[in-house]
Amino acid sequence: MDGFHDIGGKQGFGRVVHPDAPHDETWEPAVRALSGCAVINHVYNMDEFRHAIERMAPRHYVAAPYFERHLTAIATLLVEKGLATREELEELAGGAFPLSGPIGPGRPAAPPQTFAIGERVRVKTDYVPGHVRFPAYIRGKTGEVVAVTPPYPFPDAAGHGMPAPMEPTYDVRFRSRDLWADACDDALNHVGVFQSYLEKA
Amino acid sequence: MADPSTPSVATPEQRTAAIEMVLRRQGVLQDGFVDSFTEHADDAWVVANGAKMVARAWTDPGFRSLMLADGIAAARDMGFEFPEHHRRFAVLENTADVHNVIVCTLCSCSAYTILGAPPAWYKDLNYRARVVRKSRTVLKEMGVELPPGTEIRVWDTTTDSRYMVLPQQPPETKGWPAEKLAKIVTQDAMIGASRLDDVKG
Repeated sequence: MDGFHDIGGKQGFGRVVHPDAPHDETWEPAVRALSGCAVINHVYNMDEFRHAIERMAPRHYVAAPYFERHLTAIATLLVEKGLATREELEELAGGAFPLSGPIGPGRPAAPPQTFAIGERVRVKTDYVPGHVRFPAYIRGKTGEVVAVTPPYPFPDAAGHGMPAPMEPTYDVRFRSRDLWADACDDALNHVGVFQSYLEKA
Repeated sequence: MADPSTPSVATPEQRTAAIEMVLRRQGVLQDGFVDSFTEHADDAWVVANGAKMVARAWTDPGFRSLMLADGIAAARDMGFEFPEHHRRFAVLENTADVHNVIVCTLCSCSAYTILGAPPAWYKDLNYRARVVRKSRTVLKEMGVELPPGTEIRVWDTTTDSRYMVLPQQPPETKGWPAEKLAKIVTQDAMIGASRLDDVKG
């Protein structure tokens, strides 16, 4: 989905605050552990978790600290998987519990095709209603396959709890000038891209 | 959806406690899990792991070759955990002419068992939005001033493959033992936000 999370290359953002300011929130390690527990016990997989974060209301996503996004995703999935209702969560929390927006359809992988190292490839101009793991800044852009990398469950299916066969991935190298013309710094942008997202250029 | 900034919204602590309660009631969460998970994460998934790998690569050419060819094998050779579902650990070698920098624009994926929990700036929207497009500018703001001829490679962590940067050894430290070298290797350097230029012999 073209969500607010997909911010690579977006303009208007300010300086990176570096190094970190001191930070100690005791609930944050608990959120990390609870999500670990849910994944280990197959309550949800990592793609479902990422997609639940992506479905947060944009206003909430942008304002929330990192681990608040995580706790929102965990709670959303607990409700969607039938382990709790929103009312129960709000009663236990003693207040409103904002959750992510509803989930749409996933999609299966595209028919298999293969790409060779050195081959020019284009990222398909797919507009996907559900979970997807290519950043919008490479959509429709052309790059070069520089390595064949391991297969992983196809995210667009896995993020929706659908059967997700292992899908090859490629290390695709783009020139920053091919992504943002002269409105960028010169660089080579490497992106791990699933086979289904690619076509021959 | 409730606006999360309104006072009726439960605090993150309360919301975390509610999630914990649901997972416990459902029999998913066992007593002591949160504490033992947190203790393990804090003890085992630390910056020192990556620093030790870098220091060994600087002093042991055989290990350096292994690390560049197969980061997972190198991490396991040092006794460090690497999650099974992360099937590639690419170690990116900085040279006089090449500078690598890592990001995850869509969320904040990282090789946390080797580099430790990612810093807040890595997870921040400013870094995620800007480093892919304005790499040289962002690096300069963060204190990394690169010569005009240096090639910048930006790695976006979009699949479950993971990355770390192998920094160049500061010339002042040639001949140091690995134990001493490990102490100068920072998390920033292994993400690509430092070239260890401030290390003195």
